[in-house]
Amino acid sequence: MNTPLKPLRSGPDEALLAPGQTLESVTRTISDIPLRHPYPRFWWTGFLVAFALVMLLLTAIAWVFTRGVGIWGVNVPIAWGFAIANFVWWIGIGNAGTFISASLLLMHQPWRTSINRLAEAMTLIAVVCAGLFTLIHLGRPEFVYWLVPYPGTTGLWPQFRSPLDWDFFAVSAYGLVSLMFWYVGLLPDLATMRDRSGTRFKARLYGLLSLGWRGDARHWIHQQKLYVLLAGLAAPLVVVVHSVVGFDFAVAILPGWHSTIFPPYFVAGALFSGMSMVLTLIIPLRAVYKLQGLITARHLDLMAKVLMTTGWIMIYSYFCDGFNAWRSGNIFDRFVDVNRAIGPYAGYFWVLMACNVIAPQFLWSSRLRRNVGVLFVVALLVNVGMWVERFVIVVTSLHRDFLPSSWGMYHATFWDYATLAGSVGLFIALLFLFLRYLPAISMTEVRRLVAAKEEDR
Amino acid sequence: MKARVHGLLAAFATEVSFREALRDLGKAGCVRVEAYTPYPVESVVLPGATTPLAGIMLLAGLAGTGGGFFLQWFATRNYPLNVGGRPVNSWPAFVPITVELMILTSAVIGVLAFFCLAGLPRLHHPVFSDPRFKRASQDRFFICVRADDPLYPGGSVRRILTDAHAESIDEVPA
Repeated sequence: MNTPLKPLRSGPDEALLAPGQTLESVTRTISDIPLRHPYPRFWWTGFLVAFALVMLLLTAIAWVFTRGVGIWGVNVPIAWGFAIANFVWWIGIGNAGTFISASLLLMHQPWRTSINRLAEAMTLIAVVCAGLFTLIHLGRPEFVYWLVPYPGTTGLWPQFRSPLDWDFFAVSAYGLVSLMFWYVGLLPDLATMRDRSGTRFKARLYGLLSLGWRGDARHWIHQQKLYVLLAGLAAPLVVVVHSVVGFDFAVAILPGWHSTIFPPYFVAGALFSGMSMVLTLIIPLRAVYKLQGLITARHLDLMAKVLMTTGWIMIYSYFCDGFNAWRSGNIFDRFVDVNRAIGPYAGYFWVLMACNVIAPQFLWSSRLRRNVGVLFVVALLVNVGMWVERFVIVVTSLHRDFLPSSWGMYHATFWDYATLAGSVGLFIALLFLFLRYLPAISMTEVRRLVAAKEEDR
Repeated sequence: MKARVHGLLAAFATEVSFREALRDLGKAGCVRVEAYTPYPVESVVLPGATTPLAGIMLLAGLAGTGGGFFLQWFATRNYPLNVGGRPVNSWPAFVPITVELMILTSAVIGVLAFFCLAGLPRLHHPVFSDPRFKRASQDRFFICVRADDPLYPGGSVRRILTDAHAESIDEVPA
């Protein structure tokens, strides 16, 4: 990146950085969160609640490994239930973090600096949650390694023509590339943590993690080039990953899945849900850790606009899906859409409409957009709406296919809900550990923003 | 015998004075200069400060593309599966995994190449012996004129650093 970072607009509350911030003050504000552990009551309460849910998740996983997937509500015809809806929901959230960070970097948007680290961490954690569901929903999880191509004595290979195998490659490649992208950006900040930590043990630990980074100008040149190139690789990978998830459905001939709109529709959904999750996380953290000087009203405003824009792409996708079904003249395709709106799962459909279509429209008003409470509620509703959307896609398509004799109903069991709640717990627990031990905002990039601001003056 | 010296380490409080010192050192003919900054400074001109990473990652990406496609081509040939009379080498179905492996190979090789080029991990380095150097990762800019520089330890180096308002100038042991 060769152009210096400059604020988009300047003015008292349009700034991306509160007035009076210096290199020293931003470094201190950000590194004090992991080093001094302020607001321990908030952290411990949140972490312990999340940890309890992780225990529930472990119980649910132990039980599903013992008894098999029959403990869930799945059965023919609805063989894909919560597990797949959860997987798609998590991988969607996971897709957005890296995409937000990488695409804003490539487009030279300076407002990424305060949110990129958290968005990337959110990605990694969400990919962990998503990966978990791909593992536990397998009937025989002990054979998961069959997805890996290796020259075995069986002489068998994975089915490379199947989107499910594409998915395995996509999610593992994505997880690894996101991890490297995050770590390469984190490296200089780990060195700052090493140099600021009070105890010898911490200094050694952060020193090891930072690999002895010393801010050499020649290293910076390599690091910056690598970072941009990784962003350039990660941004299209995001599109590949969620398109492939869309293929998992679209390749099947089932009405309601078999549609060419699915890959781009899923990518848009991923960005929409990911942006809402970033907002859901950032709004409370900003308030608790008093980061208003770094994550300003302008950041929230911009994120709200992105949320609304991606929301409109979703509305367009919903429209296309329905329009294609109607114009295709295919009675099965038409029936799926009517059945979604007035069939047995109509409640879910209308919740989806209310959360994903109606709720973001409040953000047209700049007054409401700047109201942190309203924005938080909208973001939360979109998270719910996106989960319900995946449920509607998975379940309502399966429960009424071509032959009425093979129709059925899906009712989630306690273990379905326990696994979902447990995965949310895992997400929050890992996020809290991240906040506790690593800098949640990139100190390097905020320092650069401070420097660019000083140069302007 | 004189103790071995790594170089002369100077600290600067601002990016402007740091850049000025670096420029003047370059003009005076210093070549073995190390610079340390708390964030990437674009306009730093140092001899040998270029990166071959783009080329390396391009080659790695091409290798990943070839390897990824070969893997699938070979495996479907090794265990042919006739699905509705489709050809064994059904290449359009191999595109997604080929793209994914291209990106993964390029990224992994890029990160490894970065570590090699930067000589990391290297947990100890002479400049760390200066306690002030802790601020190189926070809010100070450092220049180290190495002992093997032709101008070292001439008075001109010290004078350039002082003229550019260096906060401190110290010799660091090797």
